[in-house]
Amino acid sequence: MCDSCHCNGNHDHQNVTIHHRSSHSHNHSQTEKTIRVERDVLDKNNTLGAANRAFFARQQILALNLVSSPGSGKTSILERTIRDVGRELTISVIEGDQQTVRDAERIQATGAEAIQVNTGTGCHLDAHMIQSALPQLKPTPHSLLFIENVGNLVCPALFDLGEAAKVVIISVTEGEDKPLKYPHMFRAASICVINKIDLLPYLDFDLALCKELARQVNPELIFFEVSAKNGDGFDNWYHWLRQEFLLINTVENS
Amino acid sequence: MHEMSLALRIIEVAESEAKKAAATRISSIEVEVGRLAGVMAEALTFCLDAASRGTMAESAKIVFITTAGSGHCLDCKRDISVDEFPAQCPDCHGFGVTINNGTELKIRSISIDDNEGRQDNV
Repeated sequence: MCDSCHCNGNHDHQNVTIHHRSSHSHNHSQTEKTIRVERDVLDKNNTLGAANRAFFARQQILALNLVSSPGSGKTSILERTIRDVGRELTISVIEGDQQTVRDAERIQATGAEAIQVNTGTGCHLDAHMIQSALPQLKPTPHSLLFIENVGNLVCPALFDLGEAAKVVIISVTEGEDKPLKYPHMFRAASICVINKIDLLPYLDFDLALCKELARQVNPELIFFEVSAKNGDGFDNWYHWLRQEFLLINTVENS
Repeated sequence: MHEMSLALRIIEVAESEAKKAAATRISSIEVEVGRLAGVMAEALTFCLDAASRGTMAESAKIVFITTAGSGHCLDCKRDISVDEFPAQCPDCHGFGVTINNGTELKIRSISIDDNEGRQDNV
């Protein structure tokens, strides 16, 4: 065992840093005892996320966690998706924002069930928030559940909500290098939706470069290019949604 | 700042372990942070300072163990070191790299004042 930190020795001791805090003062003459803890800091969230995932599997609900920076068009994409496939697939939405119920009201206007979760000063949804929202939302078995996360490309990357996939949304009014700047989110996601493509003629945004940079961070990413304004590209997105929905229903039934 | 959620959890776990051991004060907390964990040690320190106020860990020393990142190049079939994303193979310059280590975020240990032990010895 390593004497410096009581671990199994699988690290470089040059990288041990001690942060003394301003209030650090106590009587060193007291006997100190070290207790090994060895707990993942995210264990509680991951356990709750796994419970949510098990619930979704039992209910045959396809849950997708939509993440992006603010203003990329998550809510607009949801509104169009619900209007276009809402009769064919039952859709409900958990809306996450720091404040207001504005997005939930927009979603409810489309006819879908939606519940707003306000995180207050929090910067992301966590698995407990989803677990608490589910009894109130009561998503229908054999349905689609969209979780619209807080607009933030950093913090939501770390928190498993029990979703089938994280869908990262980027709009062409942002820089092509967003995937390099926020790699953790693009790695955590399995789907990347590029929105506002109707604006491409007016911008210098290099779509191919954006996809190439995103693939450098996550070679497995699947892309959809859409315009929530005019509906371009949504057929491919709907095709994928139907396929995934059928897949979880087929798997659960087999 | 997700570090605040993480800091609150670290204090929660540390206090729970310290209470189990009948301690009254936590003198240090050792946290392992992988280079690829997506967590800034400085931000976490800042948040731990706030999260520990009024708790048994209020004056605890925070010890970070930074673990290096490593991965496996799917093209070259060799293990490589990875310090950041995107993870690029130094040989073939490809990005098809799976991550083996460096995403850890763990509370390794806590140190407590051994009051119980002292009393037992009296």
